[in-house]
Amino acid sequence: MEHNTEATEVTYHHEPSSGTGRIWKTFWLLLIITLIELALGFSMYFFPEMPGWLHLFIKGMIVILSLAKAFYIVSIFMHLGDEIRNMIMTIVVPLMLFIWFIGAFLWDGNSYRTMRNRYDKYKLERTMPREMKSGDTTQHGFGG
Amino acid sequence: MATTAVATKANWWNGGKSPFNVEYGKLMMWYFLMSDAFTFGAFLISYGTIRFSQNYWPNPNEVFNAFPGMGHANLPLAFVSLMTFILIMSSVTMVLAVHEGHHHNKKGVVKWLAWTVVGGFAFLACQAWEWAHLITGEHAVLAGNQLDVIGQTTHVNPWGQHVDLSVATNALQNTPHDVLVKLAGMHHHDLGHEKLAAMSDTQLRGMINVAEMHIKETGPVAFGGFFYGITGFHGFHVFSGVCINIVMLVMAQNSVFEKRGHYLMIEKAGLYWHFVDLVWVFVFLCFYLI
Repeated sequence: MEHNTEATEVTYHHEPSSGTGRIWKTFWLLLIITLIELALGFSMYFFPEMPGWLHLFIKGMIVILSLAKAFYIVSIFMHLGDEIRNMIMTIVVPLMLFIWFIGAFLWDGNSYRTMRNRYDKYKLERTMPREMKSGDTTQHGFGG
Repeated sequence: MATTAVATKANWWNGGKSPFNVEYGKLMMWYFLMSDAFTFGAFLISYGTIRFSQNYWPNPNEVFNAFPGMGHANLPLAFVSLMTFILIMSSVTMVLAVHEGHHHNKKGVVKWLAWTVVGGFAFLACQAWEWAHLITGEHAVLAGNQLDVIGQTTHVNPWGQHVDLSVATNALQNTPHDVLVKLAGMHHHDLGHEKLAAMSDTQLRGMINVAEMHIKETGPVAFGGFFYGITGFHGFHVFSGVCINIVMLVMAQNSVFEKRGHYLMIEKAGLYWHFVDLVWVFVFLCFYLI
């Protein structure tokens, strides 16, 4: 076969799948996950009075769904899932740094805000979100 | 080549072959993408840090609620959903192109690559519209003790907190003539600029309905810079990806890969394109959704 003209460092080739079924299945999966994310996003928009913990929980769900999308894109579309395990590890393990990265910096941002609020009362008053009062110019609902 | 190397316990690290059974170029593309992932990650995390450091941050559903051709309709998440769909679709067509490459089907590769290029251009067009709409948008804001009309730039944006009616009405009294002309012009498109400019301040103030104008304070300065910086950096990656895909398309059409005997180059371009899609998933998440 013409495979011999490929790079000599490759020992064997996996058989390419005969059909495109897996690709389209993954497309539908990604589409459904995106629609669920959008539905959750809309729920936050239409129910702004929901309790703070629920708001945060829904955001957490959306993030997890996005991570799931990332997994499917990387594993199936980019075929990383079909590679040798050690190679997958050289990619995935360093990316685990993100867990620390995100946590540490959001913690930092939070700390910055807390400290500034504690020691700069003027800034606190100026920037705290104010409640909507009647007579305020406000947005209309969905559709305009 | 012998496939028994797989069946028996092959020592991958003996030398003379790739220990990951993958072409050098493909492995290097993966490691480049990993570095790029950290770059985008750093940008998005710094955005998160600044956002967390602020007491107030604009509500994305109030900022990104426009749709081309729909005028002033309030349609949050609609346009960005379309952009996400376009990019994911183009990722699918790219996988299909790579798939055709595995089966040495030149016609199939060219077809699906062409669709991927179309998708890339469509996404860029959408992003260009979004930018143009935000930059040229006219929004009435409270600037100090007077009103002003601004769009979203890296220096200033109109996405601050809503302003009390009484404060806004007061500010209207302090507003200079040229801004009054702009404010009146926002709701009276029928009257030309010269006509409005010729009117007196009192006349103009009479035409401006402060209650309907959703007047806000200017928003956190970091908003514009982060939005344009990150979506711009991503858009630049999309653009370079489209250029690479066009080159791949021409090479495929000219039978370069057919003669080589493999379509590995298409696979590598495919990896880059999927990465671009992946970054968008997270940009969409951070700016529009959460």
